[in-house]
Amino acid sequence: MIDQSRIRNFCIVAHIDHGKSTLADRIIEKTGLLTNREMQAQVLDNMELERERGITIKAQTVRIIYKAKDGLEYIFNLIDTPGHVDFNYEVSRSLAACDGAILVVDAAQGIEAQTLANVYLALDHDLDVFPVINKIDLPSAEPERVKNEIEDVIGIEAQDAPLISAKNGIGIEEVLEAIVEKIPAPGGSRDNPLQALIFDSVYDSYKGVIVFCRIMEGVVRKGTRIRMMATGAEAEVVEVGYFGPGQFIPCEELSAGMVGYLTASIKNVKDTSVGDTITDAARPCEAPLPGYKKVNSMVYCGMYPADGAKYPDLRDALEKLKLNDASLNYEPETSIALGFGFRCGFLGLLHLEIIQERLEREYNLDLVTTAPGVIYKVHKTNGEVIDLTNPANLPDPSEIDYMEEPVVSAEIMVTTEYIGPIMQLCQERRGRYVGTEYIEATRALLKYDLPLNEIIYDFFDALKSRSRGYASFDYEMKGYEESKLVKLDILVNHEEVDALSFIVHADSAYERGRKMCEKLKEEIPRHLFEIPIQAASGGKIIARETVKAMRKDVLAKCYGGDITRKKKLLEKQKEGKKRMRQIGNVEIPQSAFMSVLKLDED
Amino acid sequence: MNEPTPLSIYIHIPFCRRKCLYCDFLSFPAAEDEMSHYVNLLLREIEQQADRYVSHKVISIFFGGGTPSFLNAEDIAAILCKLKDRFDIAKDAEITIEVNPDTVTRDKMERYPEAGINRLSIGLQTADDEELKTLGRLHDYAAFCKAYELARNAGFKNINVDLMSAIPGQSAASYRATLEKVTAYAPEHISAYSLILEEGTWFYDNRDRLQLATEEEDRQLYEMTKQFLESCGYHRYEISNYAKDGYECIHNKVYWQRGDYVGFGLGAASMVGDVRWNNCDDMEVYEKALLSAQNGLTCQRNLHSLTKQEQMEEFMFLGLRLTEGVKKADFFKKFALPIEEVYGETLKKLRKDGLISEGDPIRLTPYGTDISNYVMAKFLF
Repeated sequence: MIDQSRIRNFCIVAHIDHGKSTLADRIIEKTGLLTNREMQAQVLDNMELERERGITIKAQTVRIIYKAKDGLEYIFNLIDTPGHVDFNYEVSRSLAACDGAILVVDAAQGIEAQTLANVYLALDHDLDVFPVINKIDLPSAEPERVKNEIEDVIGIEAQDAPLISAKNGIGIEEVLEAIVEKIPAPGGSRDNPLQALIFDSVYDSYKGVIVFCRIMEGVVRKGTRIRMMATGAEAEVVEVGYFGPGQFIPCEELSAGMVGYLTASIKNVKDTSVGDTITDAARPCEAPLPGYKKVNSMVYCGMYPADGAKYPDLRDALEKLKLNDASLNYEPETSIALGFGFRCGFLGLLHLEIIQERLEREYNLDLVTTAPGVIYKVHKTNGEVIDLTNPANLPDPSEIDYMEEPVVSAEIMVTTEYIGPIMQLCQERRGRYVGTEYIEATRALLKYDLPLNEIIYDFFDALKSRSRGYASFDYEMKGYEESKLVKLDILVNHEEVDALSFIVHADSAYERGRKMCEKLKEEIPRHLFEIPIQAASGGKIIARETVKAMRKDVLAKCYGGDITRKKKLLEKQKEGKKRMRQIGNVEIPQSAFMSVLKLDED
Repeated sequence: MNEPTPLSIYIHIPFCRRKCLYCDFLSFPAAEDEMSHYVNLLLREIEQQADRYVSHKVISIFFGGGTPSFLNAEDIAAILCKLKDRFDIAKDAEITIEVNPDTVTRDKMERYPEAGINRLSIGLQTADDEELKTLGRLHDYAAFCKAYELARNAGFKNINVDLMSAIPGQSAASYRATLEKVTAYAPEHISAYSLILEEGTWFYDNRDRLQLATEEEDRQLYEMTKQFLESCGYHRYEISNYAKDGYECIHNKVYWQRGDYVGFGLGAASMVGDVRWNNCDDMEVYEKALLSAQNGLTCQRNLHSLTKQEQMEEFMFLGLRLTEGVKKADFFKKFALPIEEVYGETLKKLRKDGLISEGDPIRLTPYGTDISNYVMAKFLF
């Protein structure tokens, strides 16, 4: 039996790029679980996309054994968490399964916006947090300054923080010892009724849903009849086990304090909603665990198969992705321009991009995506309130009393020399200044309230470029505020293209309308006739461009009877046609629907 | 005895003194001995292949390039001699050679007719010396005038001049001047093309630095070509080709009417009996194949027997290039299907858009000719 006092359940939190995943790899490596050769670049980021982007998307968990200096063996359950602001929800889930957290701070960069956000999240979960200073081998490292910063800004003890270089394997022993010393052993008793928190799940086509759980009280083993307390679903446990690096390792039982998985031939992922509590159906616990706040989708867009016949494939692919990504939402919708597709909800724009890329790569789908938008609240004159996710569904203006848009509280950490440009950026994005806190003489934390729809497109990129990469950014939902919003419609050859409509603040309607028209003019090929492209708002045309009629398109010299080459040219022209959408008598290339997402890249 | 099948022969000479800046054809500079070695390979290829064409009668021969006139006249004569030796060549066969003004001499001009050549195609492109420089041509307008006079003096009665519009920096006035100067010489045939930027050319790589014609300017020059040449008594028998009555290029029309043709030489394309292929375009590979033919090597690549659908596509998009158009009866004769059954909807739509004519034969309208790529792509399945 495993001695509960020798279990440590912890996670690593950090600002993106401060070396969280590298440290995780070193810990796994040091504890001898894998040889160097077995370690892929980073063990825990195992999705192809995660490696490419250098970010963690899905929480990953691994159990390792560490022989400490006191001569005893300890079980570490390391739960890696996503670093990006879009995935706070995942972070929150992972934290609930832990008893402590390692805070990684870059010795050169010091505290960043996400450092703060994540550390506060950990403290909210009552986790014991201890800092380590990473990248001390960098010439620009200032460990003493960073230690003081941690103490001043976060208010946790940092003087004896391990100074490490995860990349070069310096100081890892110290971190391992600190885990033993500073992270508390889990509480709970194996004699109490079963109480386990579901913190994640994946779908396996052979085993059904694999539930990741932290056992708070009691024991679960093969044959235990379990009940999911929120959904009421019951099932018999087929297998329990723990997480080896990149694999599931079955074991006898999971008892209080342990982190592991169970399978119970559960086919429907909805039965095991993340955050729910598992108990023993025969001997239930009194109350479920608090669980955690369910995070709602913040960004919506329409996703359509480029080839209409692939609609069932897209549906199947979304279903499969949803199994492993509870934060993805979708429902069918129809567009006159794009046919059958789905309105999909995401945690943020990065989440959207990742889902889109996974659909394209892993499921080999060719997608047309409409402009991402947020959920607006439409207050109708009859008192009804609509959550608007698709601009095409906006009621007639005469029925609208007023509209509200989501606003976030944003914190931007920036060196003082860039405060000016960043403040200007926030003003341009309709930001409302809340305040400035100076972290130290040269760095400040700017606080702004910003409309969500102003930051979902390219705010992050703009922030990076205007601060030469020095600003960092985090936000959380604040609530809804009334706003002067209008719907912008695009008319191609006098026909409205529903998939191109979007909601915009009245003050920027003209500017955006003009840019849309310019962009579409580049994208829509010439036809036999002239095509007006118009932007309209509230029944008024506010911008117009014209695609001129096709006048000349002649093949050059046909050289030495090389017909094959000329035919290829014609085929290319024809192939282009296939990727077109017919709106009235105009053919619009699919790229046009995407290009309007990039209006600000000038 | 069966009537022999008409055959056209294309001979590719891939050598130039220097590559023009817009050119993406298979050509490169070469030393004298390389060229004579190549001619030997050509002779060998002709020798090896000729037996396959015993039931054909040759109606045209075309020396293209590159710059065929870059070769010695003796080499050209040797190739023709070999062809005459191994092929049945019609008495009135059209035998053309492409020449560049900078590579012709009185001697060559006089020897060509002796060897049997009866048609000359002179690459002029423009009569403006500045524009010639822009194109990277190695001759000026005066060199063309000299070459033209040499040709007439040598007895050539059938001369084509290649012209190009939309040259960077070319104005409507300078193009008009070119047309005026050239038509004053009264060649029997004029090929007039717009410059097209092809990938892999210097022009393409430097397109941002070139003063390229706008679409509207390009179209204006193209319109001018039509009007000017027609007013001078040239009729447009194909999208880019104009001729005085009785001087349409036989060889050119074979391509559009899908007659049999065989190409000899590096990279040359062939179509015989609805089978297409082309020769490899790597000189070493070509050489090796010809020297080891007894071991079964061949320089022929991409041998493809056209499907019925592909034949129909070609029949339409090639046939429509000619102003005489495609006859419904010819389609039926070839495919044993009424054209309406195959292309009914396409024809209806194109007619409605005013791109092809009503009735029989089916022709491109003037507007359809202007945007012929668009129309032709419609006939692909």
